[in-house]
Amino acid sequence: MLNLINGSQTIGNGRGFWVAFLVVLAMALAYPMFADSYDVGNFSYFLIWIFMALGLSLIWGYGGMLSFGQTFFFGIAGYSYGVLAIIMGGGTATLLALVLSVLMATLAAAVLGYFMIWGRIGGVFFGIVTLAATLSLAFFLGQTAGPEWQIRGARLNGFNGMKGMDPLTVGNIYIEGTLLYYVMVALILVVYLGLRMLVNSSIGNVIVAMREDPLRAEMLGYDVRKYQLLTFAVGSGLAGLSGALYTSWGQFITPSSIGLPAAAMPIVWVAFSGRSDLTATLVGSFLLLFGFQTITIYSQQAALVLMGALLLATVMVMPQGFVFGISQLVSAQWRRQARPNKPRVSDREARSQMSGSDNVAH
Amino acid sequence: MFAELFSLFYQFADVFSFLILASAGLAIVFGMMGVINMAHGEFIMCGAYVTVGLVNLGLPLPLAQISAAIVAGLIGVIVERLVVRKFYRRPLDSLLATWGLSLIATQGTLLVVGSSIRGIGTPEGSFAVGAYTFSTYRLILFACALAVLLGLYILFMRTRFGVIARATMQNAGMAQALGARTGRIYAVSFGIGTGLAGLCGALFAPTMTLIPTMGATFIVESFVTVVVGGANVLLGTAPAAMFLALVRMTLNAGYGQIIGQIGMLFAVIVIIRILPEGFSSILIRRGR
Repeated sequence: MLNLINGSQTIGNGRGFWVAFLVVLAMALAYPMFADSYDVGNFSYFLIWIFMALGLSLIWGYGGMLSFGQTFFFGIAGYSYGVLAIIMGGGTATLLALVLSVLMATLAAAVLGYFMIWGRIGGVFFGIVTLAATLSLAFFLGQTAGPEWQIRGARLNGFNGMKGMDPLTVGNIYIEGTLLYYVMVALILVVYLGLRMLVNSSIGNVIVAMREDPLRAEMLGYDVRKYQLLTFAVGSGLAGLSGALYTSWGQFITPSSIGLPAAAMPIVWVAFSGRSDLTATLVGSFLLLFGFQTITIYSQQAALVLMGALLLATVMVMPQGFVFGISQLVSAQWRRQARPNKPRVSDREARSQMSGSDNVAH
Repeated sequence: MFAELFSLFYQFADVFSFLILASAGLAIVFGMMGVINMAHGEFIMCGAYVTVGLVNLGLPLPLAQISAAIVAGLIGVIVERLVVRKFYRRPLDSLLATWGLSLIATQGTLLVVGSSIRGIGTPEGSFAVGAYTFSTYRLILFACALAVLLGLYILFMRTRFGVIARATMQNAGMAQALGARTGRIYAVSFGIGTGLAGLCGALFAPTMTLIPTMGATFIVESFVTVVVGGANVLLGTAPAAMFLALVRMTLNAGYGQIIGQIGMLFAVIVIIRILPEGFSSILIRRGR
């Protein structure tokens, strides 16, 4: 099964790629030794969102379903983690809260996905219904500020944001700082390699087939709806993982992480990076998050204007994604240079060569 | 008794006019060009901001509202020429491109104008029926919604432009072969769509606080109305608005605003499950 890490649905299958991958991994693991704790915590913050981006890449890039619901499931899992962590009293129970909240997000995705996919809602309408659900959830959570909005003592707090939950804890040790960083890197490694295996397997081939031509896939005997539901559930579950980790990282979650403009961000990251490939999404999202944070320090509005402009530029100039497109150009150039140069033969020499071997009088 | 019935009618009229005014423009753009305009909310915001700006400069309200609608329409024509033109019949790409535009517009307005501007009060005061008082302006909005529907009917069914526009909607290639200038029709239709969005914003400006993100309040409702209604404006959007207004009004009256909103969303999901093409599909089929 491990050989599925390389396959036809992901770019980067050769030795060169994996050597570079190991180098980057080594640098990531060594990073806390060179950076101060603030930067390490900051990097963990970037890594939180990668799961959501990878999930959307699976749903949209591989599955062909444009879903605006990533922040919807982000919010469900985030708030579930908060409520469960508070109810269960914190401590090691937070690990169970993490697992349960991701499961709840996946379950919600299965239910919403069932209604949409079995209702044959596709294309744009899929996006619109998921967007409507996301904005409605944000609106609903925004007006839960009163004291009557609480679940067994865990107040939802509306736009003030829910707080008071423990971060991920094992026994007496809070998982934060450098420890959280290593946990995040490990999780990303597991999820990334796992997704590569999923996508390159026979299930992944069906998923891509239904993206290319759903009718043809059905004619070949696959129940497209089941595969679409699976893709949607897995991708949204990953968004839920982002949500639960986010709540644990900051011990805080608000409806503004669910509504606009937060709901637009995964779309921008994945569209800009190249949604049809996991590695492109991983690299591109990380770069965009880094760039976004650098600009937000000066002006959040300017950063968001830039995000909008990047989305517009991507759709108009390079619809397959800038990171993906550029990597294709670079690898094509690489291959062209690797081929040995053939000596150029003039036309007359070529003709005499040909006629000489033919023994035909002319 | 009469007062209760009138109150129910008033609430229905309130939601109905909101849905019609918010979604008419979107339905025209989608029905004509297969383009989903995610920046629809921003054109509504543009209409509202221009209205308030003009009123603060001294113009009377109705004149300011009409001017705002025209301004929104003109900006729409420019946007169509620069951006949307490349995305006909590509709803997914147009959705993304216009969403980028929407993000630029909201955050740009935040940067330039700030997070809120001084609004204008609701005009015309109130009137009483039985034990309840109602705002007169909301009934004016209801009348405007009906006027918009009537105007669209006359435009699309009784004018030469309407005939050519409907022909372009049905079969653009054929219409072009028969001499219709489809590029111009598309530009004008997009302009009408965004002009209606601007009108919606202009009409609702005296009733709400003006913030650059106010478009978000409208897009959910307008999108679900268009989705439930289907692509045809008159046969789809109007019945969809009536149905959704009924659902919303009943839930609001029984359980409050939030349940009303969520219930409407539920109804949309159920309707799409039963009628994937929206209301216009059964009504068109019946009409044949």
